[in-house]
Amino acid sequence: MGEQLENVNPKLYKKVDDRQITANDEDEDIVDEFDSREIFDLIRNINDPEHPLTLEELNVVEQSLIEIDNKRNKVNVKFTPTIPHCSMATLIGLSIRVQLLRALPSRFKVNVEIAPGTHASETAVNKQLADKERVAAALENNHLIEVINQCIAAKM
Amino acid sequence: MLGTLELKQALTGHKGRVWNVCWHPKGHSVASCGEDKTIRIWVNEGGKWFTKTILVEGHQRTVREVSWSPCGNYIASASFDATTAVWDKKSGQFECNVTLEGHEHEVKSVSWSQSGHYLATCSRDKSVWIWETTEDEYECASVISCHTQDVKKVKWHPHEDTLASASYDSTVKIFKEDAYSDWVCTATLSSHTSTVWSLSFDSTGSRLVTCSDDMTVKIWQEYKPGNEAGIATENNESTWKCCCTLSGYHSRPIYDVDWCKTTGLIATACGDDIIRIFREDSTSDPNQPSFSMVCAMDDAHTQDVNSVQWNPVNHGQLVSASDDGLVKIWFYSE
Repeated sequence: MGEQLENVNPKLYKKVDDRQITANDEDEDIVDEFDSREIFDLIRNINDPEHPLTLEELNVVEQSLIEIDNKRNKVNVKFTPTIPHCSMATLIGLSIRVQLLRALPSRFKVNVEIAPGTHASETAVNKQLADKERVAAALENNHLIEVINQCIAAKM
Repeated sequence: MLGTLELKQALTGHKGRVWNVCWHPKGHSVASCGEDKTIRIWVNEGGKWFTKTILVEGHQRTVREVSWSPCGNYIASASFDATTAVWDKKSGQFECNVTLEGHEHEVKSVSWSQSGHYLATCSRDKSVWIWETTEDEYECASVISCHTQDVKKVKWHPHEDTLASASYDSTVKIFKEDAYSDWVCTATLSSHTSTVWSLSFDSTGSRLVTCSDDMTVKIWQEYKPGNEAGIATENNESTWKCCCTLSGYHSRPIYDVDWCKTTGLIATACGDDIIRIFREDSTSDPNQPSFSMVCAMDDAHTQDVNSVQWNPVNHGQLVSASDDGLVKIWFYSE
C-alpha cells in the first residue's frame, strides 16, 4: 500500500490448528449448520492490506468475536484493528464483508463491526460498513475491488 | 393485526438487487431499477404483469432510483454513475434524450415536483440540486449544500413546490424558494439517531413520515405561523415537530416508507425482509397522533426489502422491490 507502514512492528499471534474433521462432517445425511469456527475459517486467511500477514496472525479476527444465529440468519463479526488510528480499518472491514457476502448463502444478514473501544473512529467506520448502499457503490469501484480481491485471495 | 397482505405476483427479470419501484401516476404500470443498470417497465394485461419495456444503456453503473413525472410522459433515473437520465416517449418508445450531469458522486435519489416544473436530485457529494424544466430544457436552478453527509432521498410536497430531503447526517430538511428566487432550507428535522433512508408526505402535505437506520419510523407535523396549537415559528416559516415515534416494530434498518395519499396507510420496507403496514388510530389526537401496526408480512422477500409504494389509483395495491432480485405486487385488504 503506502510507502510508510502505519504499524511498523505489529505483534504476531499463533494460528489455530486446522479444524478436526469428524465422521458427521462426511455424512451427507446430517444437516451441518454454520458455526463460528466455520465463519472464522472463511475470514482468518484474509491478508492484511499492509503486511504480508493474515488477519488471524495479527489478531484482527478471532473466533470468540464471531456470533452466528443460524435460525435467524444472523452473522456478527467484530474485528480489532492493530492500532487505534489504523486508516485501513474500513478496508479491512470491507474485505471481511465481501468475503462473507461471497461465501455465505444470501439468506444471511452480515454485520461487521469494530470491537468496542479498539479504534478512534469506531462509530464512523461502523456506520460506513453497515450502509449497504455505500458498500454497493464502493464495490463498483474497480480499483477498490482489486485491492479487496488481493486481500481476500488466500496464499497457497 | 387487522389486515392481510396477499401476494398477487412475483415479477422476475432483473439480474441482482432491485433498488426501487415507482408507479405510473395513473397506476397502470410500474417502473423498477437496480444493480443490473436497467429500468424495466411492467404492465398488467389480462390479469398478469409482464415486462413491457427494458431501458438499457442510459447508465454505466447501478440505477438507484426511478421517478415518473406527474404527466406520465417522462421517467427520470438516478445512478451511481453520478448522472440523472430523463427518458421520454416522444418517439412512441421511451428514449433517453437528456442526461443531467453535475454531481461529483453517486446520485441517490430523483423526484419530480407535482407541478412538473422541477426535478430534484441528491448525491453522496452531500448536495441537493434543483433543476427547472421548460419544454425539454433542464437548467440547474440551485445547488444546495446544507446537509453535512451523503443525501439519501429527495421528495416533493404533494401539491406545493416544497422539497424534503433525508440524509446520512440523521436529519431531514425542507426547502422552498424565497422572494429572491433562491432555494433555501426553511426547516431541519432532528430526532433520528442514524441515517434517514426515506420519507413520504401525507395527502395534505402538512405531515411527513420518515424511516431510518435507527429502526424507527417518525411522524412529523407542520405548524404554520400563527398555528392554533401555539407552537413557536421563526422567520415566518413553519416549524416541523416529531409528534409520534414508532419504535420496537422493526429489527433492522428501514429502507423505505410510503404514505398512501388515499387510504392514509403507511407501508415500510425493512432490512429484516418484512413489509409492515401502519394505520392511524381513529381516536388519534392530531397533535399527538397514535398509529397501530395492522399487518406484518414475514418473509415478504427472501432478502432486504428496499422499496415499497402504494398504487396512486388502485387502493390497496402495493409494489415492493428487494435484494432478492424480485419485484412483487401485493394487495392489502382489511
